[in-house]
Amino acid sequence: MHAFAELMNRLAFTSSRNAKLDLMQAYFRATPDPDRGIALAALTDGLNLRLPFRRLVAELMEPHVDPVLYKLSRDYVGDTAETVSLLWPVHNGNAPVPSLGEIYETLQSIKRADAGPVLSGWLDALDANGRWALLKLVTGGLRIGVSARLAKTAIAQAFDREVAEVEEIWHGITLPYENLFAWLEGRADRPDPGDTPVFRPVMLAHPLEDGDLEKLMPGEWTAEWKWDGIRVQLAGNGQELRLYSRTGDDISKSFPDIGDAFLGFSGVADGELLVLRDGNIAPFNDLQQRLNRKSVSAAMVKNYPAHIRFYDLLFRHDADLRTLDFTARRAHLEDMLAANRFSRASLSEVIEFESFDDLTVLRDGARDANIEGLMLKRIASPYLAGRPKGHWYKWKRDALTADCVVMYAQRGSGKRSSFYSDYTFGAWRTSADGADELVPVGKAYSGFTDAELKKLDKFVRDNTTDRFGPVRAVKPELVFEVAFDAVQPSTRHKSGIAMRFPRIHRIRWDKPAEEADRLDTLKTLIAQ
Amino acid sequence: MTSDPATWLYPTPKGLYCEPGDFYIDPSRPVERAVVTHGHADHARPGNTSVMATQQTLDIMQVRYGERAGTSLQAIDYGESIAVNGVDVRMAPAGHILGAAQVIVDWKGYRAVISGDYKRAGDPTCAGFEVIKCDLFITEATFGLPVFVHENAGAEAARLVASLAASHHRTHLLGVYGLGKCQRMISLVRAAGYDRPIYLHGALQGLCDYYASQGVELGELRPVADETPETLKGQLVLCPPSAIADRWSRRMNDPLTAFASGWMRVRARARQRGAEFPIIVSDHADWPELLQTITDVEAGEIWVTHGREDALLHQISNMGLKGRALALVGFEDEGE
Repeated sequence: MHAFAELMNRLAFTSSRNAKLDLMQAYFRATPDPDRGIALAALTDGLNLRLPFRRLVAELMEPHVDPVLYKLSRDYVGDTAETVSLLWPVHNGNAPVPSLGEIYETLQSIKRADAGPVLSGWLDALDANGRWALLKLVTGGLRIGVSARLAKTAIAQAFDREVAEVEEIWHGITLPYENLFAWLEGRADRPDPGDTPVFRPVMLAHPLEDGDLEKLMPGEWTAEWKWDGIRVQLAGNGQELRLYSRTGDDISKSFPDIGDAFLGFSGVADGELLVLRDGNIAPFNDLQQRLNRKSVSAAMVKNYPAHIRFYDLLFRHDADLRTLDFTARRAHLEDMLAANRFSRASLSEVIEFESFDDLTVLRDGARDANIEGLMLKRIASPYLAGRPKGHWYKWKRDALTADCVVMYAQRGSGKRSSFYSDYTFGAWRTSADGADELVPVGKAYSGFTDAELKKLDKFVRDNTTDRFGPVRAVKPELVFEVAFDAVQPSTRHKSGIAMRFPRIHRIRWDKPAEEADRLDTLKTLIAQ
Repeated sequence: MTSDPATWLYPTPKGLYCEPGDFYIDPSRPVERAVVTHGHADHARPGNTSVMATQQTLDIMQVRYGERAGTSLQAIDYGESIAVNGVDVRMAPAGHILGAAQVIVDWKGYRAVISGDYKRAGDPTCAGFEVIKCDLFITEATFGLPVFVHENAGAEAARLVASLAASHHRTHLLGVYGLGKCQRMISLVRAAGYDRPIYLHGALQGLCDYYASQGVELGELRPVADETPETLKGQLVLCPPSAIADRWSRRMNDPLTAFASGWMRVRARARQRGAEFPIIVSDHADWPELLQTITDVEAGEIWVTHGREDALLHQISNMGLKGRALALVGFEDEGE
């Protein structure tokens, strides 16, 4: 438990991706089974311990601390698990520190009445970091800034494997993953997931850069619309069905309507998850209402009906189609959809074109706000894992731009920790008293060079009007030309709008702040 | 009249004032006669006329303020007693930093102890806290919440030394308060077996030299100014906390940022500071030490100065003692 607590603690304070990977790799290499497997489950899909630990912890804490002191402490610390870990009375006894395996095994079979004393005994044996890690573990939700995919990447890299090799079997193996580690350490064959509908690494596209198009032969490429939803993979074996995100997270539970609609599907398909209402694709915002939900109400399903627009077919039943070219896979996809007539399914349209000029016209003329641009796919290419070069391109529509005034700057992290590198910018509106005021419309931290960052950092330091921890308010003097993909209505922001993918296009050192755009102008860009 | 100490020892806008002795303790503005507990800038301020303090505190004030340390400086040893206008003034070690003292004031058979800042945990860089039984004890409350329980300082330093060995490609940049914490951390990592040179931000050099002159072993110290990102790789560098977010730190390549402070106990505070490696070492008493001290001094009345006094006053009343919040201006709650 000590090594796990130390790992949690270090991860919680580490911002750099590489540093996080280093910490996890060292842990997975040095820790024995089954502890490391349980840690891996905690970092990926969670342990799903079904005991009312919050109530338990409150019961346990009560005899130890004065309620006034507890409240003052909880208010100061801001997190219940952490408060309890710090307030727990220190015992200088020598109760044995439990191992992670022991903790997990005990909690799997524990009776409600025994849970209090058992937990209490562990808390006595652990130090403050250990208590914090234990309480985080049992209350679920580690919140230490590690995604499931990052943890999978760490175990793959720790043993010189590709993350795709781990992803392919991930959903067919179970805690504590002893067979996975045995394979990674070269002691056994790769676990066989059997007919479990596992995730298959998806194929991703590169952005089309200036000059790329001239090197391509139109006849070797096919084009489709790029839809603004989330990329998903549907995997089924005829009985069991799973929906995965493109990073391999199982999101089936959030989409019971998809589960019902594709009952009996057998194979693996690639597509875009969208909300489709009365035949029209709803804005991305609507889809967002459906994401990251543990329980889904009937009203949610009715108001935000999910739909998959299919791009590709990787497996038909258990036949692997990934080595086939686009045309062959596409024929299988069309055939599969025609044979099944699933509701909530549609086929991504293949766009006919003679020359790339035709496509340019189509791309610029696309009216639908849910079209992000075009996808170019090389017809001869197989379906490859990851982001291979020269096979698929995403050709986004030209960004929208607006001139906005820098209002706040926040220090970055890692290499940027001495730089004010994250900027909040605003647009003008008329306030209640008739004067002009700035209202924040977005935040960006990319789109400038290192030399420009130095200059921006100096501007922030020289023009600070107020400080709030790592954030500085600056004089409203500097204008950014901000590029973004779309403007959407938002109830969460004071301005009433949200920009999609804002980045700094140009720094307008020359432009007076009064000439920046008004909020009303931005609102006219809201996609219809 | 002496039985109510508030009639002759009370807060004023210039600081805590002892009326019969006509002196201020740690005044926040220049006064005629000051008694200073220790050298931290919120306790020892420049511009007083006559200053009474331990020799080491006076030395530190001179390192920091030069001529402005005071017109007339009077050293008083731990245990030595000096009469000031009929009030007996004595000093006892506070265990906070080098030279730090509790001020013991005896008047007409009544004893008040103004502890300044203090801690009970061991510290190789200064004399240990001495319990003085008294009628009135004036305590700080910087860490006056039960969540503040500092870690064992030696074990924390050992963690840092272990990280220097494990992440040997990264510069370890440790933010420390320049007086006391800096020298204590150096001394602790030395005790944990770290014998390579330690690199210092320019602002830390003067006081390290002073500590070394007082016999505190700090090992080899080098100025950062002469180094490059390449030569600092894998080295331990100490700087004032503000320098980490400052342009100064750009001379290091992707450093691991560590902070040594009692505030590091609480994750939200550590994250707010941008600490990647929080080290929970403090020169202030933690909650158990505050309670232990309040019990040990056997005073009937406890006054609480700066910090989180709500919780401590609540606890004092739970302990059946008379407590009072002493609103003193000028002390920095965050100054660790």
